[in-house]
Amino acid sequence: MVALAAPATPVASATERLLSARRLSKSFGGVRAVCEVDFDLQRGEIRALIGPNGAGKTTFVSLLCGRIRANAGTVEFCGDDITALPVHRRVRRGIAYTFQITSIFPNLTVLENVAIAAQNRFRADHFDARSEFDPGATLRRVGLEDAALRRAGALAYGHQRLLEAAMGLALNPRLLIFDEPTQGLSDGEIQRFCDLVVEANRSATILLIEHNMPVVMALAQRITVFDRGSVLAEGTPRDIQRNAAVQTAYLGA
Amino acid sequence: MTENAAAKPGANTNPAAGLKTAALYAAVIAALFLLQFALPEYHRLSVTRIMILAVFAIGYNVLFGYTGLLSLGHAMFFGAGLYAAGLSAYHLGWSVPLAFAAGVAAGALLALLVGCVALRTTGVSFMIVTLMFAQVAYLATLYFTGYTRGDEGLVLPQSSRSFYFFGALVDLTDPATRYNLSLLLLGIALAVVHRLVRSRSGRAMLAIRENEPRAQMLGYNTFAVKLQALVISGALSATAGAAYALLFAYIGSSFTTIQYSIDALLYTLLGGPGTLLGPVFGAFLMFYLVDIASQYTSAYLLVTGCALILLVLYFPAGIVGTIKRRWLPWLP
Repeated sequence: MVALAAPATPVASATERLLSARRLSKSFGGVRAVCEVDFDLQRGEIRALIGPNGAGKTTFVSLLCGRIRANAGTVEFCGDDITALPVHRRVRRGIAYTFQITSIFPNLTVLENVAIAAQNRFRADHFDARSEFDPGATLRRVGLEDAALRRAGALAYGHQRLLEAAMGLALNPRLLIFDEPTQGLSDGEIQRFCDLVVEANRSATILLIEHNMPVVMALAQRITVFDRGSVLAEGTPRDIQRNAAVQTAYLGA
Repeated sequence: MTENAAAKPGANTNPAAGLKTAALYAAVIAALFLLQFALPEYHRLSVTRIMILAVFAIGYNVLFGYTGLLSLGHAMFFGAGLYAAGLSAYHLGWSVPLAFAAGVAAGALLALLVGCVALRTTGVSFMIVTLMFAQVAYLATLYFTGYTRGDEGLVLPQSSRSFYFFGALVDLTDPATRYNLSLLLLGIALAVVHRLVRSRSGRAMLAIRENEPRAQMLGYNTFAVKLQALVISGALSATAGAAYALLFAYIGSSFTTIQYSIDALLYTLLGGPGTLLGPVFGAFLMFYLVDIASQYTSAYLLVTGCALILLVLYFPAGIVGTIKRRWLPWLP
């Protein structure tokens, strides 16, 4: 199914840290969704975030991209403390998030969806994003160029997921966060998506929440395992596969 | 907002559609211009009023149709324009152009202040908050009755019935002058909103209407975009209010009642929210519906109510909106 040579790039050195979270916490009422998490991303890597349902993965990345405010802890991005920045300021610094539940502009055309995403590049706080934008090229990257003038809401589900990814790519981000991108996709679409992630990784660091293990194993250079709001384990795919605690969390004691 | 660069190519750059819309605007404006020679006096005055009300609805549509925010208090912006223009002409003796400018500025300023508070809410709360602000505005016109004469209102003095424009005397008591000034304002309002919805700010407004969390996640400061939309909307509504005061030389509290807020909403809904010509058609239709029905029965609201139900059933996106959706997708 997922026929991809695992990227063999060695993990970048610690000096090239793109993002780091320290003691990041979030509670909803009495429920501690994310609890004092320390987390680092190296520039240029593809990182997978896995864990059982309800482990706090989506909440955690929402704290990173600013969709949810943390109760405690800090987030640093490219050496700057962004903990206090609202979501749109973080996006302008180069953090893009694609939603778990498809979130597009259904009544606008596919092209307009991408154009709306891209026009903000001119305000980006990181200058490498302020390049000329070619919406056609972005749509070609995800294979939607023939659907450019169709209403986005009329696309098939898999194509809407690709459009969602295209909107993330159109921001030309430094960090691209995918939240369960392959959910509900066919095998062929999953393959296409994996190619897309590898291609996007040439210009962006990727953080991927994913349940599909073949996809995770094919793409990720490192894996972080979440369980009950904390990091249970972190390492290469091989390490994680052999980790006893991970097997317990996934398969039950 | 810092929207200096021209809109990027991409969306809405179909040249044929651009040409068709330009032709359509020209046809509408030309038709309205020619109409004045065919209409009897009574209807010429009605159409003059309708065109001003259409400007109000176009302003309302910027917020409701394009940004997706339903306000129930737009009478306060219409009223701000009406009173700022009327009071400055009446009490301070300001010339017509100056009073008009004061009206537009008052509407924009009021929208800015109200927006800073009201835009912290969305949906039903936003409707209630705008309704409350509008009620405060209405009560203020009654409270300061020493200046406004409340319900009874003020008739503007003869001195503000004419002005010089580059040396030429413009007489506002002349029906033809009033008609063409209204038409001019309508044309300007259409052009302004046409430009706006094709600009980057306009596209950001559409993005918020369609999916606000997504717009935020694409780096838009959605509060700032919504505030911008409200200020433009308020300024256009106040333009209509100021024109109404100065063209018809009367200001009174009745123009700031909820009735006027609802009218703006109805014109827009009827014509088609988020279409450029929808509010114009809506204003015409609604005005004449009430006008004709009231000639035959005192229960004219019942007739208009039934007509509205039929329209909602068969034209759910408004008249222009439904035509656009079903047959003519290039319509502005």
